[in-house]
Amino acid sequence: MNVLVCISQVPDTTTKITVSPDGKSMNPQGVKFILNPYDEFAIEEGLRIREKFGGTVTTLTVGGESAKEILRTALAMGSDTAAIIKDEERQDSYIVASSIADVARSISPDVILFGRQSIDFDSFAVPSMVAELLGWPNISMVSSLTIEDHSVTAERDIEGGKETIEATLPCVIAAQKGLNDPRYPKLPDIMKAKSKTISEHPKSSAVRRVNVLDMKLPDTKRLNKIFGESDQELDEVVRLLHEEAKII
Amino acid sequence: MPDYFNLDALLTDEERLVQQTVKEFVDREVIPIIEHHARDGTFPLHLVKPMADLGLFGITLPQEYGCAGLNNVCYGLAMQELERGDSGIRSFASVQSSLVMYPIYTYGSEDHRRKWLPRLASGDAIGCFGLTEPDYGSNPGGMVTNAKKTDGGFLLNGAKMWITNGTLADIAVVWAKLDGVVRGFLVEKGMKGFSAPEMKGKHSLRASVTSELVFQDVELPEENVLPGIEGLKGPLSCLTQARYGISWGVIGSAMACYDSSLNYAQSRIQFDRPIAGFQLTQEKLVYMLTEITKAQFLCWRLAHLKDEGTMLPQQVSLAKRNNCEIALNIARMSREIHGANGILDEYPIMRHSANLESVKTYEGTHEMHTLILGQDITGIQAFT
Ligand SMILES: Cc1cc2nc3c(=O)[nH]c(=O)nc-3n(C[C@H](O)[C@H](O)[C@H](O)COP(=O)(O)OP(=O)(O)OC[C@H]3O[C@@H](n4cnc5c(N)ncnc54)[C@H](O)[C@@H]3O)c2cc1C
Repeated sequence: MNVLVCISQVPDTTTKITVSPDGKSMNPQGVKFILNPYDEFAIEEGLRIREKFGGTVTTLTVGGESAKEILRTALAMGSDTAAIIKDEERQDSYIVASSIADVARSISPDVILFGRQSIDFDSFAVPSMVAELLGWPNISMVSSLTIEDHSVTAERDIEGGKETIEATLPCVIAAQKGLNDPRYPKLPDIMKAKSKTISEHPKSSAVRRVNVLDMKLPDTKRLNKIFGESDQELDEVVRLLHEEAKII
Repeated sequence: MPDYFNLDALLTDEERLVQQTVKEFVDREVIPIIEHHARDGTFPLHLVKPMADLGLFGITLPQEYGCAGLNNVCYGLAMQELERGDSGIRSFASVQSSLVMYPIYTYGSEDHRRKWLPRLASGDAIGCFGLTEPDYGSNPGGMVTNAKKTDGGFLLNGAKMWITNGTLADIAVVWAKLDGVVRGFLVEKGMKGFSAPEMKGKHSLRASVTSELVFQDVELPEENVLPGIEGLKGPLSCLTQARYGISWGVIGSAMACYDSSLNYAQSRIQFDRPIAGFQLTQEKLVYMLTEITKAQFLCWRLAHLKDEGTMLPQQVSLAKRNNCEIALNIARMSREIHGANGILDEYPIMRHSANLESVKTYEGTHEMHTLILGQDITGIQAFT
């Protein structure tokens, strides 16, 4: 079973983000970049599939020279090979998806794994676009995955519950938190990963479909609300924390 | 985590990855459980295997002995991240790596290396380092623990005190005098006449085991002496390794205190404004960030000197002395910023502050490092 895992580099969640002077892009100055946290679940799942069925895991990213760092993480975790679609510019999801689909066609994996979303721009678009470009089934938000022969059974998170879905290989899976417990790269393997080569692929000739017009930081003004102690009001607090603040 | 001068940009990909990996490990496995262990006065033994699996023991030693074979920047960054969790966890790794695996690798026979290094690297064996005695701390050269040559080996007598990991250890690297000369001996758990009772009642390093080692006519086979070293420079060279790690480690404690302080100062409102808006608080935060930044660069440079093979023990003394002091100052200031909350174990402050009291004392007290540097600068020794 050959697995392609697609990963991306995102700003560290604790980094302070500012907007570039052009008003449409993130200022990369002083920003620490990390492997997109959801992609760790995708890498881990890829490694588990290989451990169960044999085959290889290839990890792929679209990005600039600095994005090679996350490929080294994937190699240190146990990925067999790594590839980069070199592009220093930030592209729209369509170009990213088209470039990945090109590589996927050339290596024909049985499964393509993604994280459910990239936590920087939150488009939630690339996995389904890749599936569509390849004409493969796509399952998003996967929190449990079983592969048998040519069939895939996946549990997905839906609002307030779970849904079980079946599809056939080859397919595209987007990993949700809880899918597995990602392993840490071992320090000796970090050294070994250093000597592995990362292959480079050209980006797709597809044309951009959307353009960013404007980028703003959110208003940080605090909205204070005072509640009483009745059961009704407590229910309201819970509802607001869940639906508006989205923290529970 | 503060990185005001973008030290990150000076790190290689592997160095960054090592830091990131250990950071995640500490965030997920250490920080959630450590306060509980500190409260109960227990070492989280269940972390030994995962730490070993990560490759944290003997990081710089060669892969042929099961170690990671990384450079000293990686070693330092790993210690920094561990100590951001807790000085006790970092102490465990320091002792295992610098005080046990290092002397076995450097002064042991090939048999010693093959027998012990892979087991220590994999966490199947735990080690400790016995130098300090009840009556000889800053002056270890006066030690009374001694070995006598017998027909088949040696007879060891004496006692060590304040020994990290002592009770847990499968193997103790013990420094004792043989015909008046300091030698290193390997004492194994279960040897007749050897016991290692735990010392209780610590207010500091509560998540670390500290023990006495007692030797009553312990019979050691001939091969249990380290062949490659004689004299006090044996233990001292190990301490240089461990002190190097401490210099980095305490930056981690300082960072944890700074991060918590900045957060707290921005959210705690008094007199209708965040306390971060008062000049006196800002002065504290500025001191913290300035000293952390200086300490980071001191260590980064020291790492490169160590990798080049030109690092001097005095340079390590300077870094250990400075960084322990500023880390402790930062922890105390951090307690002030947190007000009453600073004494609660809901925040890591008091634990770091109490831990750093030990770290400032062990591996050469602040005063001893002052005297080492004083002697180096002036040429006049002021120890006696
Ligand atoms: C938690 C913990 C873990 C430890 N782990 C280990 C371990 O694993 N292995 C090990 O061998 N040891 C270990 N130690 C021991 C540690 O290294 C010693 O405590 C340290 O070297 C100081 O010795 P002492 O406590 O006997 O203090 P002393 O040497 O008695 O010093 C007391 C005070 O006098 C000062 N002083 C002493 N001589 C002079 C002088 N000439 N001029 C000026 N001031 C002087 C000191 O700086 C200090 O302030 C540990 C200690 C602690 C607290």
